[in-house]
Amino acid sequence: MGTYLPNKKDFVYGFKRGFPIALGYIPVSFTFGLMAVNGGISPLMAVFISLTNLTSAGQFAGTNLIIEGAGFFEITLTTFIINIRYMLMSLSLSQKINPGISLLQRLIFGFGITDETFSIASVEKGKLSYYYMMGLITGPIVGWSFGTALGAFTCSALPQSISNAMGIALYAMFIAIIIPPARKSKSILMIILVSIGINMLLKYIPLFSFISSGFRVIIATILGAGTGAALWPIEDERKE
Amino acid sequence: MSYTLIAVLLMALVTYIPRVLPISIFRKEIKSKYIKSFLQYVPYAVLGALTFPDIINSTGNYKTALFGTVVALILAYMEKSLVLVALGSILTVLVMGIVF
Repeated sequence: MGTYLPNKKDFVYGFKRGFPIALGYIPVSFTFGLMAVNGGISPLMAVFISLTNLTSAGQFAGTNLIIEGAGFFEITLTTFIINIRYMLMSLSLSQKINPGISLLQRLIFGFGITDETFSIASVEKGKLSYYYMMGLITGPIVGWSFGTALGAFTCSALPQSISNAMGIALYAMFIAIIIPPARKSKSILMIILVSIGINMLLKYIPLFSFISSGFRVIIATILGAGTGAALWPIEDERKE
Repeated sequence: MSYTLIAVLLMALVTYIPRVLPISIFRKEIKSKYIKSFLQYVPYAVLGALTFPDIINSTGNYKTALFGTVVALILAYMEKSLVLVALGSILTVLVMGIVF
């Protein structure tokens, strides 16, 4: 840590680390903007969703449910279940940040914890400062909202074939996130397959047709991750 | 307040809470290896269930979606970046849209 303006230095360094994430967010949030507006959500509301939620899976699922006219309980529970994973990241970061960071500062930068900012922050050396975290999350917040605005406002100008094709972007990104770890870990692969299997059973067996898509994903997730935790609990490999 | 605005604010709340609760309150590590494992496995389970089988309906034509899915799986297996996997998949759907 430098002594001359360390806060500014930390912020700039964090911003540089977050910039590639911001770029990567643009095509995905563009797709979100398209999807939301195609579903009847106003462009401004689409940008507001991205600004206030700043998340991919939870926000896509929640917005889909809004478009379907689902109830508040289902929307809230689905979004919450999808976002439970942030608790682990938040917990993990609590060991990684400078212990002197105040509660208010934690409440501020915590807003910007995403799968990607968490991944970058986790691999930094040493303790993380508040200003580093603020620099890190700034680009991604701007990129996510900017991409959403692009998608939402250009929606009607795009040829149908292109907006149809962009519908696969989010799913492709999910595949890009889960396949590399599944390739290395048999337990992760099995958990993914269990979860998909349960999701498909609930979707295609008429007996379960009363279960909405949101709850299907919740049930599949809990049973899939639960099976994994019961059969392949992760032993602590390192002590700090 | 409109239905959409209330729903969005609820979503924002339940997205924000898991992010800040642990980092604000828990200063110690979770002990139970089962809870830790469950939390670590959640993203894979949830992303799997969100993707399959719904990806097949994501383009409005299951044939183009199938090709897009296969290309995404191959690129992801080769550990290409998120952006590359997404763009490769979109391009595949676009090209296949001309065929089918």
